[in-house]
Amino acid sequence: MSSLRGKVAIVGAADTRVGVVPDRTATELCVESILLALADAGIGKDEVDGLVTCNSMAQPMLYHAEAIAEYLAITPRYCFAAGAGGGTTFSVLHHAASAIVTGMAEVVVIAMADSLRSGLSRDQAMLMQSSTGHPQYEQPYGPTVPAYYALIAQAHMARYGTRPEHFAEIAVACRAHAARNPAAQMREPITVDDVLNSRMIADPLHLLDCSLVSDGGAAIILTSAERARDFRQPPVYVLGVGEGHGHEHISQAQDLTASAARESGQRAYAMAGLRPVDMDFAQLYDCFTPTVLVELEDLGFCAKGEGGAFVCEAGIGPAGQLPVNTHGGLLSHCHPGNPGSMFALTESVWQLRHTAGERQIGNARYGLLHAQGGIMSSHSTLILGREEG
Amino acid sequence: MERIQPSSGALADAYIAGCRVGELRLQCCSRCGLHQFYPRIMCAHCFSEELEWVAATGRGEIISFTVVRRPISRAYDAPYVVALIKLQEGPTLMSHIVDCAPETIAVGLPVQVAFASWSESVALPVFTLDRQRGSSS
Ligand SMILES: [Zn+2]
Repeated sequence: MSSLRGKVAIVGAADTRVGVVPDRTATELCVESILLALADAGIGKDEVDGLVTCNSMAQPMLYHAEAIAEYLAITPRYCFAAGAGGGTTFSVLHHAASAIVTGMAEVVVIAMADSLRSGLSRDQAMLMQSSTGHPQYEQPYGPTVPAYYALIAQAHMARYGTRPEHFAEIAVACRAHAARNPAAQMREPITVDDVLNSRMIADPLHLLDCSLVSDGGAAIILTSAERARDFRQPPVYVLGVGEGHGHEHISQAQDLTASAARESGQRAYAMAGLRPVDMDFAQLYDCFTPTVLVELEDLGFCAKGEGGAFVCEAGIGPAGQLPVNTHGGLLSHCHPGNPGSMFALTESVWQLRHTAGERQIGNARYGLLHAQGGIMSSHSTLILGREEG
Repeated sequence: MERIQPSSGALADAYIAGCRVGELRLQCCSRCGLHQFYPRIMCAHCFSEELEWVAATGRGEIISFTVVRRPISRAYDAPYVVALIKLQEGPTLMSHIVDCAPETIAVGLPVQVAFASWSESVALPVFTLDRQRGSSS
């Protein structure tokens, strides 16, 4: 089997304004992110022959990617929309990379945007919340989205002695990163006490353990390593990618405190020929603080059960041993729903180009990105690097 | 405003019919002997289609829980406790823990099934702390 290692590279990356952006629809944000990414890459639309998007909740379309292609007046030969977000973002990149290597397309744009903050009607917001969970055996009990993740947090606490302070530390670290990012939605530094004193949403999760609700979009441009040399930006190479898919519904999870992030991570490390200790930073899916703690363990940055000690002692803030979510993450940068992990991707491109400004990680060579979706169900891990190998 | 009702289907309807007569029904595989929940058209373990409905003991253990402080809709009275219960027969299901102060709930505590009305025609299993087993263990 041939490996994707070093065969494709990201040659363009851009975010729209994020946070509260009432003057743009979800469709317009998606299109705008593409225009910005093309400009960053220094190419015109005629060079694009592949387009991947994810559907929007505020402006859903049956054929979303085709609708965006039509808006741009392009006719790609490779075109599809992912139905969901979270973990699917890097799965999409996995597919697009394979499409490039097998000759289905040469220059693929991946663009995702939504306006959950300004663009959802009350009914849409309600439907979004209540459509998570099994329609026969879970939804009637009225679990909210934070409640699902609270079940994971509570199980981790019972099994390993993890405390609410450990989860709070993750929110504090993400905010400290966001404070260095002029684009972030929430930049005011917070303390562990601020998190613990914020309103309880679903025990043990407080308001500040929960990610933001935002508008925004981001896009990247992917091409072969060979083609990448002709672009004006230094290429950022895909060195490893892996996926792991467990249950869909939390009541069917094999284990509440460990996830298919283990398999997903192992596959990505194996392809890249790298280990957790080689990573200069990590962008870990943080819809709620407990996901970061479980991901740190499952991706091998610390032993199972030691996530709490890792965030407190080794540290994941700007001065920590492993800076996590250097843009501020879904907790403090922005979270427009499905597109959430795209901002981890664009941020990683800038970190590896060494253009991340005040928040640049010194001499960053390798970064790991992890996304999950469902309720710790669908996992994808991506390892990016400055060099081809 | 009504609470969210389970969507229907032949298997779900058989399950709900059990709830109506005070039975928590699981499927038991005639070939491998395992119990499963939620109900499926085959045994998820061995793929046998020889499944029998059996009434569970209704006893289980809390493997996780949360107190929902901000309800999903006005039909739900917050705070309410959403929990994952591992039944003695093996399968895990989501449910509510009722009739106790949320502070008295902990992972590992034994629970016992009860049935609560969800609409005129639908009842669903909920759980109460099993104080008898709780104090003896
Ligand atoms: Zn069987």
